[in-house]
Amino acid sequence: MDYLDQLEAEAIAILREVAGQFEKPALLFSGGKDSITLVKLAEKAFRPGKFPFPLVHIDTGHNFPETIEFRDKLVAQLGEKLIVGYVQDSIDQGKVIEQTGKNASRNALQTVTLLDTILEGKFDACIGGARRDEEKARAKERIFSVRDEFGQWDPKRQRPELWNIYNGKIHKGENVRVFPISNWTELDVWNYIKRENIELPSVYFAHERDVIMRNGQWMAASEYLNMDEEDIITRKKVRFRTVGDMTCTAAVESDKDQIDDIILEISQSKISERGARMDDKVSEAAMEDRKKGGYF
Amino acid sequence: MDILKFLTAGSVDDGKSTLIGRMLYDTESILQDQLEAIQNSSRKNDDGSIDLAILTDGLKAEREQGITIDVAYKYFQTEKRKFIIADTPGHIQYTRNMVTGASNADLAIILIDARKGVIEQTIRHSYLVSLLALEHVVVCVNKMDMVDYSEEVFEKIHADYHSLAVKLNLHEVTFIPVSALKGDNIVNNSLNMPWYKGKSLLDHLETVPVREMDALLPARFPVQWVIRPQTEELHDYRGYAGRVASGAFKVGDTIKVLPSGMKSKIAKIETFDGEHAIAEEGKSITMHLEDEIDISRGDMISEAERQPIVSNLIEADICWMDTRELDISATYFIQHNSKLTRCKIQEILYKVNINTLEKVNADAFGLNDIGRVEIKTADELAFDPYETNKRNGGAIIIDSRTNVTVGALMLRAAL
Repeated sequence: MDYLDQLEAEAIAILREVAGQFEKPALLFSGGKDSITLVKLAEKAFRPGKFPFPLVHIDTGHNFPETIEFRDKLVAQLGEKLIVGYVQDSIDQGKVIEQTGKNASRNALQTVTLLDTILEGKFDACIGGARRDEEKARAKERIFSVRDEFGQWDPKRQRPELWNIYNGKIHKGENVRVFPISNWTELDVWNYIKRENIELPSVYFAHERDVIMRNGQWMAASEYLNMDEEDIITRKKVRFRTVGDMTCTAAVESDKDQIDDIILEISQSKISERGARMDDKVSEAAMEDRKKGGYF
Repeated sequence: MDILKFLTAGSVDDGKSTLIGRMLYDTESILQDQLEAIQNSSRKNDDGSIDLAILTDGLKAEREQGITIDVAYKYFQTEKRKFIIADTPGHIQYTRNMVTGASNADLAIILIDARKGVIEQTIRHSYLVSLLALEHVVVCVNKMDMVDYSEEVFEKIHADYHSLAVKLNLHEVTFIPVSALKGDNIVNNSLNMPWYKGKSLLDHLETVPVREMDALLPARFPVQWVIRPQTEELHDYRGYAGRVASGAFKVGDTIKVLPSGMKSKIAKIETFDGEHAIAEEGKSITMHLEDEIDISRGDMISEAERQPIVSNLIEADICWMDTRELDISATYFIQHNSKLTRCKIQEILYKVNINTLEKVNADAFGLNDIGRVEIKTADELAFDPYETNKRNGGAIIIDSRTNVTVGALMLRAAL
């Protein structure tokens, strides 16, 4: 079987296991290419029926406007339910405190909003688009990854995961994060998007944008980014390889606006995808530490 | 292009992480920022060169101790194939991790230190590979640079291992002399060993055929989910969603639903992308039957001719994976494909000393113990003996108090 067919069949089977094993699952939708791919896979797993779960978006308030616009259009097309958890609400409730300083980002804050949203929706499984090739802590995470009552991941107490059998049994208050595209690489996702003709937000393709240089990377100039006189705004032709918050996602200089060219550019790239994520650069174990705290 | 999933078995000292690091490095699968992160790391080889082993150590504790604790998955591809590596620890205390890694692998690389030859852990690793019924074994005799690239040393290990392979019923074994540290016979054929006429490791991995026989196995389809839109226009729609575990189903085939035993014919096979005449092993599909029968998640649709064993008294090999010992009096859950039911492990027949392969009597059964047991399940399971069809012969035991996966089962026969 062709590798994309194989990866697709595995992901569909995982989604169906979620439907079969849990009472109240949810699909975490970020508006990025990986979660958009998950939505396509959910269509393949459950149509002509409805999705057995709503889409859940944790909105930091610092999203690219293009992503939100895309999200709303996609949800309308699908005819599925969308639940939004707002980081701003967590800030207003005093549950988290906005970071200050030049590199302030709401990335870390969204964990609290996510955990609150899970609690409120009583979700027992949250499907996410994380992949093992992204980062070394993720390389060791299970496809069904159990989180305790505090949303914490304990890498040393993970359940063995054998064959295609996924153990989703949990106690009340716990939940399972499920990663159906664990075994996909960045390139696999792009090749699948191309093959399936999946629509993406425009920020993934080359466009003119005001950017500033931060720590050797191009960041989108926006009202969310704390700027001072040292920051010089330049206009560049760029695209985004990974799309998170405007404050923590760096752009790459590119004039590629066709998917074939983007795939070629990625396959020749010497920098990994998460190299464009400021949030991973904090320390050698940045992702591991955040996951232990309840992050995706 | 297809995917090859392989496992690497060996301990820190055998240079396992170095071997994987070397493969990633030489196939240019390591990107600049990742390489920089390694170069910035404090760990270096004795000669000051970068330590490729760091590439596979994911968790803090692993980096601190310089060992692999958990199964780590690594991905790389060449023009011929995509590879998924399950990097598992080699020490006996991590036997369960190796069993886990092996359950999803098509091929195992067994590392032997050329200076040490076939040792206890080689026997242990090979036994696990045979227990989990992996299709292919590649024995990499590593550190050839430290034995002057001696053909004699290699041939001696070759002969020693051969007798072990016969004993363990390992059919497809390939031997390659390598030096992971120096890169000999990993990606390119080594100039240091002109006497070796075989393929380099990567060349072998790129070309070895896998899962060729799976399509010939009996057709099995565990039902995961029933699609019933119950809308105006799709009022009578009833599709059985699942993934073909083995063999192939065709429209018009007579099938049997198990454990009920009801017969019907396949009316339609569909996916989101349309209707299909045939669905082979590995495909996720939705199946429609000609008759209205009561089918739900956990049921198995089988071809009518070669049927699986249907029983609630089962003999199986088990690998225990929990620190809490197996409890003969406890009720556990057993999960076999999409079927979840309760069970008791009624009797321990024997335990295997996995270093010597001796069968011994067992009063207690603890973490990493492997042996043969008798199980009684609440509902009947429709299974195939693991050695004939591992896609329908594996199951897990779940502790009903902790919900943790505590055992891996290779189902063998009905009692």
